Amino acid sequence: MIDYINQALFGIYPYIALSIFTIGSVVRFDREQYTWRSGSSQLLRRKLLFTGSNCFHIGVLAIFGGHLVGLLTPHEVYTAMGLSVEAKQLMAMIIGGAFGTLCFVGMTLLIYRRLVDPRIRATSSVMDIAILLILYAQLTLGLSSIFVSARHLDGSEMLLLAEWAQRIVTLRGGAADLLAAVHPIFKLHIVLGMTIFLLFPFSRLVHIWSAPIGYVGRSYQIVRRRGGLSATRGR
Amino acid sequence: MKIRAQIAMVLNLDKCIGCHTCSVTCKNVWTSRDGVEYAWFNNVETKPGIGYPKDWENQKKWNGGWTRNKNGKLTPRLGGKFRVLAKIFMNPDLPEIDDYYEPFTFDYAHLQTAGLSEAAPTARPRSVITGQRMEKIEWGPNWEEILGGEFSKRGKDQNFEAIEKEIYGQFENTFMMYLPRLCEHCLNPACVAACPSGSIYKREEDGIVLIDQDKCRGWRMCVSACPYKKIYYNWESGKAEKCIFCYPRIEVGQPTVCSETCVGRIRYLGVMLYDADRIEQAASARSDADLYQAQLDIFLDPHDPEVITQARADGIPEAWLIAAAQSPVYKMAIDWKIAFPLHPEYRTLPMVWYVPPLSPIQAKAEAGQLGTNGIIPDVSKLRIPLRYLANMLTAGDEKPVKLALERLLAMRAYMRARHVDGLEAKDVLDQVGLDRALVEDMYKILAIANYEDRFVIPTTHREYAENAFDLKGSCGFSFGNGCSSGASDFGLFGKPRHQHGVKTPTEEVK
Repeated sequence: MIDYINQALFGIYPYIALSIFTIGSVVRFDREQYTWRSGSSQLLRRKLLFTGSNCFHIGVLAIFGGHLVGLLTPHEVYTAMGLSVEAKQLMAMIIGGAFGTLCFVGMTLLIYRRLVDPRIRATSSVMDIAILLILYAQLTLGLSSIFVSARHLDGSEMLLLAEWAQRIVTLRGGAADLLAAVHPIFKLHIVLGMTIFLLFPFSRLVHIWSAPIGYVGRSYQIVRRRGGLSATRGR
Repeated sequence: MKIRAQIAMVLNLDKCIGCHTCSVTCKNVWTSRDGVEYAWFNNVETKPGIGYPKDWENQKKWNGGWTRNKNGKLTPRLGGKFRVLAKIFMNPDLPEIDDYYEPFTFDYAHLQTAGLSEAAPTARPRSVITGQRMEKIEWGPNWEEILGGEFSKRGKDQNFEAIEKEIYGQFENTFMMYLPRLCEHCLNPACVAACPSGSIYKREEDGIVLIDQDKCRGWRMCVSACPYKKIYYNWESGKAEKCIFCYPRIEVGQPTVCSETCVGRIRYLGVMLYDADRIEQAASARSDADLYQAQLDIFLDPHDPEVITQARADGIPEAWLIAAAQSPVYKMAIDWKIAFPLHPEYRTLPMVWYVPPLSPIQAKAEAGQLGTNGIIPDVSKLRIPLRYLANMLTAGDEKPVKLALERLLAMRAYMRARHVDGLEAKDVLDQVGLDRALVEDMYKILAIANYEDRFVIPTTHREYAENAFDLKGSCGFSFGNGCSSGASDFGLFGKPRHQHGVKTPTEEVK
């Protein structure tokens, strides 16, 4: 039974969540662009937002980037770079902990603002509040896991987690078995993380896809022509 | 040279009576929806005053428009591209809704349901955002109507720059004028430049600046970048919205709603031809006071055969060239030089221009010695200080505004002499550089202001760009996914959009 649940949560669920994440995002982008936005509430209340939003976003972007690189880079790359397993774990704990704390401060302010400010509360959807609380819970789990990691600094558990993630994304079997013995806090963290991917297309999180990096390269003025640029003119 | 055409507007402030019909009709058509109750694509302000949103002309505070760097290049005042992106999580230059006003409704039902009481029941205000009671309404799009409020607050108006304003706070010296405002549909729009998603664009065929509602991601930089504060964030949809110059009407040759319904007949619409290659050069003019002339310089003479040939080569339809030759906007801006851009110093090259208002000649007349400059009264004795108008319309340069006011006065004097005294007062015209034909045309367009003289709007030639047959049976103006409302009760992807409005009944009667 335990094996079965283990397989369902860490072998099957990730694929369901990631599929819905991708397909859901594409469908929403295709069908519902009018609903595709950051959902800023700054106009209604700017108080707490400077610290809250900046700390949260900077923290969460750094953490997300750290997870992406840390989990998906094959371990051989680190050894080739001369980084030992122990050093890598320590680095992850320190950098992750620092940005996690920053993010925690920001999110605390944002949650307070969303739940207590009458304007923000009244204009929040259920999903707006839910996604914020889920992210908060996930962040808390992540920060708590630092204390678990601190008890064994050999990096073996980290290697297992990275191997799991790499097997999942490269469609190799046996991923779930790797996690059978890891600390429950990591298991919870992974399940909740996959749930965030699952909810992603149905929430305001979709604005992450639209991070306006292209703005840096474009010219200031934009002129559009009816019928597209290829339309021959004056015919 | 790359010629483009734009439908531009002129507002003759000399005839504005401040009735707000433009604002109300515009609101009823375009912004009577959730999330934009507070937004007025068109509003009328009484000047002097700080306006709506509060103090919008203070670019030190809001950072709207452009700045000219030492190397002569322009950067949005908001900052370069990286600085704009750095503000994306929290934009310190964004007004809060209280700078506009918290939208409200009244407890009308209470008037009908209140029990017997000694005092008559009242309908008290309630916030549209929170649904909670509002004890006091603090601001609105028209809060300073007819000099409402004390001068110490209204006197913060930026147009008092370099004016000893204290005396205008005295009852005997007070002055006022109306300023109807809408999106300027600029040639060098700062909102377009600041939009991180690239969702705001200028239409090539008629110059109307629009926000692609599907591509807008709600990064809200445009709201700050627009120095006129004429982009509004829809707090319900999370998208920015702005005046669309009633493009569905313009396309079929009809005037915008605000122009159509203007009871004072102060609004004019016409085609302006301009050289698109010289926009940047004009907007980068060295000093602020040069900008008015720089913008005049890129407008092209629609009677010039060379311009006409080039315009044809650039794909401007024949009907547009004919309309350009009759454009009332061109006449007022170029031929007569009586219309001016609003705050050219923002360097956005606005395309909604204003004829400055005349005002009574006060102090001298009271003393029995009407100051005259030959035959025309001395415009520096007008009740509205010349410098005030110049700060608003020519970045402080009084000369062009003075000439415009003198020409308006000369037209009046000349036509009055003809109609009342039966005289031909030609010397009045010589004094301001007008001739008889010109002043008669001015009179026809400014005073008589017939519908077909005010609005010279060629229809859009959509058939050049699109297969008109494909449009058969399609939906007209709509948001989002064309004909599909995208709304369902289930609302998988967020809230259903149309919560009000006509719904098809789905419940069967048992």
